[in-house]
Amino acid sequence: MNGSDLNKQAANALIWVLLLTAPFWLVEIGGYVELGSRVLIYALAAMALNFLLGYTGVLSFGHAAYFGLGGYGTAMVIKFLYPSTPVAMLVGIVAGTLAAAAIGPLIARLRGVYFAMCTIAFGQVFYYIAFQWSSVTGGDDGLSAWQRQPINFGFATLDILNSNKAFYYFVLAVFAVCAGAMAFLLRSPFGRTLLAIRENERRARFLGIPVDRHIWMSWVISCLFVSVAGCLYALLSDFIDPRALRWDQSGNFVIMAVLGGMRSFWGPLIGAAIFLVLQDYISSHTENWMSFVGLFFVLIVLFFPRGVLGLIKRKHET
Amino acid sequence: MTTLIIFNLVNGLIIGAFYALMALGLSLILNLSGVINFAHGGFLAIGGYLAYTLGPYLGFWGALLVSPFLVAFIGVAIERVLIRRLYGRDPLYSLLLTFGLAFMIEDGTRFIWGAQSLPYQIPSSLSAPLSTSFFFLTGYRVFMLVLVAAVVIGLFFILNRTRLGLRIRAGTLDLETVSVLGVNTRVLRNLNFGLGIYLAGLAGVLAAGMLGLQPTIGDSLIMPSFISIIVGGLGSLPGTLAGGILIGAASGLTTVFFPSASEAVIYVIMAVVLIFRPRGLFGEEGRF
Repeated sequence: MNGSDLNKQAANALIWVLLLTAPFWLVEIGGYVELGSRVLIYALAAMALNFLLGYTGVLSFGHAAYFGLGGYGTAMVIKFLYPSTPVAMLVGIVAGTLAAAAIGPLIARLRGVYFAMCTIAFGQVFYYIAFQWSSVTGGDDGLSAWQRQPINFGFATLDILNSNKAFYYFVLAVFAVCAGAMAFLLRSPFGRTLLAIRENERRARFLGIPVDRHIWMSWVISCLFVSVAGCLYALLSDFIDPRALRWDQSGNFVIMAVLGGMRSFWGPLIGAAIFLVLQDYISSHTENWMSFVGLFFVLIVLFFPRGVLGLIKRKHET
Repeated sequence: MTTLIIFNLVNGLIIGAFYALMALGLSLILNLSGVINFAHGGFLAIGGYLAYTLGPYLGFWGALLVSPFLVAFIGVAIERVLIRRLYGRDPLYSLLLTFGLAFMIEDGTRFIWGAQSLPYQIPSSLSAPLSTSFFFLTGYRVFMLVLVAAVVIGLFFILNRTRLGLRIRAGTLDLETVSVLGVNTRVLRNLNFGLGIYLAGLAGVLAAGMLGLQPTIGDSLIMPSFISIIVGGLGSLPGTLAGGILIGAASGLTTVFFPSASEAVIYVIMAVVLIFRPRGLFGEEGRF
């Protein structure tokens, strides 16, 4: 084990320790437990997007749709069908993943800006459905008047409804499983193939790799994890509305990934934390939060395109 | 029934004309600079609001003439200061930048002109219906169609018959060679961006007369404009024009038979085109 590997291990350990103890120190420094849960949820969404964006090199601007599908699936099951959190999440995840799998073949052949445009356009389909079909989705008002349900393991019950801390640790557990799965996939031969496609698609094609199929698979995996994040998002505030799957939400995921650093596994987590803490602070001080977000986007693109971790890595190397 | 069909078809054509006007501007910028201008809807809103402010001083016609040029000027300035820096980088960054601009413009118009929707006066000579049997055919709608047609013809004249147009078309195919041949591509892209934004500003003034003004006026037009480009084919301006009119007419006709699907039908058209012809109806093979 050389030095950089050791550093990586230390950084990983530090991140997990911080996440595990967050409910205790967050309150001490003036935050609140819910903010921690929100950071984890958005971080999962941005990491899922980064699976496609940073590791496959494909630009998607429509991930909010699958995030929202997960959320709506969860909310609708608990509200109308069956009051069980795990069942509802399962339905949400399946809904988001199936939609992505169906749309995938249409866009897997496209590249660059064309891919981005088509993902935006297809993403808006679900926004319109959620917005228009108000008898089922609640339209513009969204779905409220339902509650996440305590999780019964048989031998014990985790009361995520009444305890913020319990909900945080539930989110953290789901986050850990998903992050572990993504890290495992990226380290597998499949993940290495995705990297090869990102680095040089033509050469990958010459090696006989079915590039379009790999992009489709990476797209579906990415959307699967983003819909998990969407389920948790709906559970967080017992509420979901069409804004969860609008294009500006997709933009938020992308900016979080870029802000933290697209080429690093933990980058999106750091990006999400910075973005949400700033949002929390600024939106409590001014009504013109949108202008600040916009300015934030512009400044990051112009002065900070490598993101926090990209910058640190670069300093480290020189 | 026939009247109903004609009514909705005309409606669809008018909406299609808007889509086409927006999409042509987007397409010009995308083709030459590789930038998806997400702030296009914002520029459209600025066009409408500037005309609203200028109207009392210049009258309807003066505002219609001046406002799009002012918007184009703003666009040129923004390209110079911000967007130019991102040429040649991953398209991700220009997309994020225009995303941010779209937020700032929407919030800015809300800050200056207020969040409530404002009425936009059109001259009474244009607002009267032309005939009693076709009551929906007001002078303003016919005027809009004629004006859009004239502008589109003018645009294609510029592209096909002037030196600037020749350079824009050449640059779309191979910007490097155009640059090597001694054309200042920085200025070319700058002017081209202004031209695209001019079309957005004009669409904004016209839309204001039909829909009234609100900060999110561009939101409902930007997505169909994207789809116009995808359906028509990336890289082809005639394709974009055809795409805009096609989806406008299709959503108009769908309104007759199945009103709630009028929005959905354009996405269906996009999906069908992507299945059978991924490069779009008029797109060139292998460009994207």
